[in-house]
Amino acid sequence: MNGTDWDYLLPLLWEALRDTAFMVTVALAVAAVVGLALGVGLYVTRRGSLRQNRVLHTAENAVINVIRPIPFVIFVAAMGPLTLALVGSRIGREAAIVPMSIMASVAFARLVEQTLVALDPGVVEAARAMGASRWRIVWSVLLPETLGPLILAFTFLVVAVIDMSAVVGIVGAGGLGDFAIRHGYQRFNWEVAWVTVGLIVVLVQIVQLLGNTLARRALRR
Amino acid sequence: MSTAPAQGPSSPDDVPAISFTNATKVFSTPAGEVRAVDDVTLDVAAGEVFGVIGYSGAGKSTLVRLVNALEPLTSGSVRVHGQELAGLPEPALRRVRLGIGMVFQQFNLLSSRTVAANVAYPLAVAKVPRAERRARVAELLEFVGLGDKARAYPSQLSGGQKQRVGIARALAAHPRILLADEATSALDPETTQDVLDLLRRVNRELGVTVMVITHEMEVVKYLCDRVAVMERGAVVEHGDVYSVFARPQHPATRRFVATAMRDRPSPAALERLRHRHPGRIVTVSVREDGTSTTDLTRALREHPVDGTVVYGGITEIAERPYGSLTLELTGEDAAIDAFLADLGRTTTVLDLGTADAPIEDPDAVGPRATGGVR
Repeated sequence: MNGTDWDYLLPLLWEALRDTAFMVTVALAVAAVVGLALGVGLYVTRRGSLRQNRVLHTAENAVINVIRPIPFVIFVAAMGPLTLALVGSRIGREAAIVPMSIMASVAFARLVEQTLVALDPGVVEAARAMGASRWRIVWSVLLPETLGPLILAFTFLVVAVIDMSAVVGIVGAGGLGDFAIRHGYQRFNWEVAWVTVGLIVVLVQIVQLLGNTLARRALRR
Repeated sequence: MSTAPAQGPSSPDDVPAISFTNATKVFSTPAGEVRAVDDVTLDVAAGEVFGVIGYSGAGKSTLVRLVNALEPLTSGSVRVHGQELAGLPEPALRRVRLGIGMVFQQFNLLSSRTVAANVAYPLAVAKVPRAERRARVAELLEFVGLGDKARAYPSQLSGGQKQRVGIARALAAHPRILLADEATSALDPETTQDVLDLLRRVNRELGVTVMVITHEMEVVKYLCDRVAVMERGAVVEHGDVYSVFARPQHPATRRFVATAMRDRPSPAALERLRHRHPGRIVTVSVREDGTSTTDLTRALREHPVDGTVVYGGITEIAERPYGSLTLELTGEDAAIDAFLADLGRTTTVLDLGTADAPIEDPDAVGPRATGGVR
């Protein structure tokens, strides 16, 4: 293991970290908006909910159920044509963001739906009884009342998206996962592999700690 | 408060605050159709406290939700201050709801907002300017006795305090009607009394029409002017609280009265009474129109019969006397019969016989007799 040339590898590791951070940040930003909207959509179109709509609900459900089980490696490849149309290339950091954003959005949609379903319907009924419109109920009741669990759901998503970023090396997007595979695993250099994995673990720990702290502040029970 | 609604108990046009006509609500469930509210025709007068009592599943919560259209009607009509709700579009229904406050068994406060922000919620919905909102919230919290809790969160309050916030919130937008859905059912007896007192003040000081849904006779007894008894979606009896409960016609009403009053011995208690007291057991009703207790004292003086009170209770319904006394009578059979005939002219007497010749109380509730003593 004495042969590891950290002077050469450290700048590359730093670059991989920045690539991961960039891809994860953009995908999460997209998922926060799109996933939240889709999740609220799933919730309000449910039977007996604010805007029951069986057709819309079934359609959205079906799309999410088709996308989510696809292994992410295959999904990245399958999204090739769409990626090409959107960012002008099938490979690279920017290209990887497309499948990551889509997968993160549908995953978050499910998490948001689950969180909202757990909310006591009594508070929604109270808001309706006070004459609040549906839209007002969404932003003034549903989201603030579930803020704590939503932060935890988003924290779960951050970790899942970091995990996704480890796969996109296959489309030349770089990142920590790609670094661990190319400079560690494929060269039988376990030191590099474990250092990189350790870095990812530390990253995840920090994210989870941050999420827990924010959620605790949001929960007033 | 200086900000009572314009229309109080004596609404000039005499339009009922709430008017149900053949109101029916059917839910379709996998098990088939459920008629939660079945052909209800009922008026709630402006300014009164109207109670709806029934066991759980009787349809009373659905009935109250027809008033603010949280549940849409299947057929029939519901009018609020003369305005028909059936067929109104959602935006118009929202305006109607602003004029109707509602309090809930589980309070349903927003846990992410402070007490003041909860009370301000309907004001924001009604687009009341911010400065005005603040003044109104302060006034309401003062009215419900929680002026010092404005910045607290609901989780920091007791159940009774939460319900008082719920009432303040329901009153924020100056509603003319307040709907209370089992508002005291989650509270302990002492707190229940505080909340009932507050609801009474809401009615008397602010002139708000109150519709109370409950399964507790005590609530109706204390608070309501008129009452409707519901069973399986239908209103089986309604009218002035005293006359409904003093002379219950329907078995469901009789059960409520008997369980709440406990003035008459249960079959098991009666069996024990007969065992302890060998004489004739009779129950004498106490009502406001008969001067029963006076008559009883007089009859005991005039007849060669000894009477001992062995069971009973006299309380108030709607601030009027109500109850019964169960006595053991000893003396000659003929004398007892003469005594009962005399007393029976002014009051209702129920002869329960003796241990040797028992007569059962047809309306008895509570533990059954074991049959061990005969």
